[in-house]
Amino acid sequence: MEAGEVMVSLLILLPLGGSALLLAFGRRLGQPGAGLLGTLTVGAGFVLAVVAGWGFVAGTGEALEVPWFDWLPALGVRAGLLWDPLSALMAMVVTGVGALIHVYSIGYMRGDPRFGRFFAYMNLFVASMLILVLADGFALLFVGWELVGLCSYLLISFWFERPSAAAAGKKAFVVNRVGDAGFLVALMLVFASFGSLRYADVFSQAPSELTTGSATAITLLLLVGAVGKSAQFPLYVWLPDAMEGPTPVSALIHAATMVTAGVFMVARTGALFELAPASAAVVAVVGMGTALYAATIAVAQHDVKRVLAYSTISQLGYMFAAVGAGAYVAGMFHLTTHAFFKALLFLGAGAVIHALAGEQDMRRMGGLWRRLPVTTATMVVAWLAISGIPPFSGFWSKDEILATIFERGGLWRVIWGLGLLTALITAFYMTRMIYLTFFGERRWPEQAHPHEAPWVMGLPLAVLAVLALGGGMLNTPWRLGLEHFLEPAFHGVPIATAGPGFTQVVLAIVSAEVAVAGILLAVAAYRRGLRPAEEEPAWDLVRRGYGVDEAYARVFAAGGGAAARLVAGPVDQKGIDGLVNGVGVLVRTIGERLRPLQTGFVRNYGLSILVGAVALLAWFLSRGGW
Amino acid sequence: MTVTPGWYMALAAVLFVIGASGLLLRRNALVMFMSVELMLNAANLSFVAAGRELGILDGQVAVFFVMVVAAAEVVVGLAIIVTVFRRRATASVDELSGLKG
Repeated sequence: MEAGEVMVSLLILLPLGGSALLLAFGRRLGQPGAGLLGTLTVGAGFVLAVVAGWGFVAGTGEALEVPWFDWLPALGVRAGLLWDPLSALMAMVVTGVGALIHVYSIGYMRGDPRFGRFFAYMNLFVASMLILVLADGFALLFVGWELVGLCSYLLISFWFERPSAAAAGKKAFVVNRVGDAGFLVALMLVFASFGSLRYADVFSQAPSELTTGSATAITLLLLVGAVGKSAQFPLYVWLPDAMEGPTPVSALIHAATMVTAGVFMVARTGALFELAPASAAVVAVVGMGTALYAATIAVAQHDVKRVLAYSTISQLGYMFAAVGAGAYVAGMFHLTTHAFFKALLFLGAGAVIHALAGEQDMRRMGGLWRRLPVTTATMVVAWLAISGIPPFSGFWSKDEILATIFERGGLWRVIWGLGLLTALITAFYMTRMIYLTFFGERRWPEQAHPHEAPWVMGLPLAVLAVLALGGGMLNTPWRLGLEHFLEPAFHGVPIATAGPGFTQVVLAIVSAEVAVAGILLAVAAYRRGLRPAEEEPAWDLVRRGYGVDEAYARVFAAGGGAAARLVAGPVDQKGIDGLVNGVGVLVRTIGERLRPLQTGFVRNYGLSILVGAVALLAWFLSRGGW
Repeated sequence: MTVTPGWYMALAAVLFVIGASGLLLRRNALVMFMSVELMLNAANLSFVAAGRELGILDGQVAVFFVMVVAAAEVVVGLAIIVTVFRRRATASVDELSGLKG
């Protein structure tokens, strides 16, 4: 093995080994030892990713295939890794943001009785995501795909003593399973069509082997999987509940791992979506529809983490719209900048929750900027970034998505309009959140004594704030760094890009104005603090996500529960158990009836033998001998 | 009047019925045992008579087998009866009905 292959393999093996070590010795390592080990393995992974990926940045790198081992020889499936600009970018984001979240967790999880266990799961989460992004084919991709689902379950229900946390973990697992079913069928179709699950084979044969119909079927099923994993409509319901997990877990799920998997997968399989324009359009419509829908729900939330959860769903919708429109670079760009500012938002929210000893309700916050200057400053950066104010990172990526969609013309302009509206609402609800949390009147009790978080929590905030501020420089219209970086990964799949300079400048000005308008609207609305109108039933309906969750509960969960009770009660207890018990009762009854035959008197036995012998004899004689 | 094989068969039948009746009607285990022997020997008698009548040895061979097995059975059976008598101080089979269902 050459150096590059070793580095790429180690990238996965480091956090995986760290997770195994922490599972075995986490308790003995204690605090903060276990956290340091977890952070070190992920941090070392980031260094490896940067070193191994440097060639792509410099423009000299070649895509690298790392064969691992024959996995399923009967199907010709070989486990191996693919190191190209796309996987390199994902690996850097996952390990970089992941490492910062690990550092933060050392402070946030201090004093938790399962400290070591927490870092074991976190490391496993990062390792799973790396398997997902580094896979060289659908087979290994699916392994990572399922592993991140498992890790999300373990971490969301990390505080399983709380019934709500256990239920949220279960919900995430079950909803993800719905998407995974579609994904699995897509993989079967791919194997049936190509006889191989490797990207290289599939993408090279796809244009000649695949009809538009089968390409559409495969890509739509892939979309079902992506919708489940990336929390898009209609499978988004698990993400808001996932807030039951510790805050660093939310940051990891929303920023670096898990939910970005769907966007990554659509970008990775761009060659297939290219053959099925209808599916690509569906991706874009689902994405932008979800973006708008989730943004409206975010406006009504009281819980600071639930605002961020719906915000993530909304931002992922942007990414889906981008990759659906063929703007793979713009989508991956927004994925990256979103990873920076959303991790920052979650960690900042965690610092606030930490400062107020577990309070998550914004109605009992306000005016915290005096007590939490560092957190406030970093959160303001993240707020401006997600709202799309230049020169913060979110502006560049969001603007690139909107400009690219606008450029495609026709009905895409409608999607662009929805995107612009979503941008307005995004600026509005983020401003509302920041305002209600950090500014305005104080609504927390004096004995709460909010205090700034320790430096292990402050440092990641500061680093992420710098990234959220400057991340946009990765790909500015005058220096398309990320585009040149990613282009080789798409092997000639056309990438939609923004139009000529003038249109782009106009569109950028429009989207910046919209963001400012959203902020001003929110400031005007919340200048006097809370709005009593928010307690009215209409707001409550929006806050509950238009009742979609309840509808699911009534239709699917209640239906499933009724089916389970039917099977457990009448079918199992009465039917199957009844059959087994019935056989027992039958045998027992026959035994009871036959028991009196055994009198215990020898002469009775003797008599029956004699009678039997005589009867036999009589039978033989009646037949005239034998 | 000559003694035809039919007479032997009749005697065997009578002996067998006496044995069977004894087995069914008597209570003393020892007497029942003797009745069983009587039935065995009734069967032996019919074997020998049939063998002689047909002019083959099979009947006599069967008798030897029966005698050997009966001897072995007597050893075991008597041992059981003696042991039971020692424990229960009775040889009445009606009192030995512990296997009643």
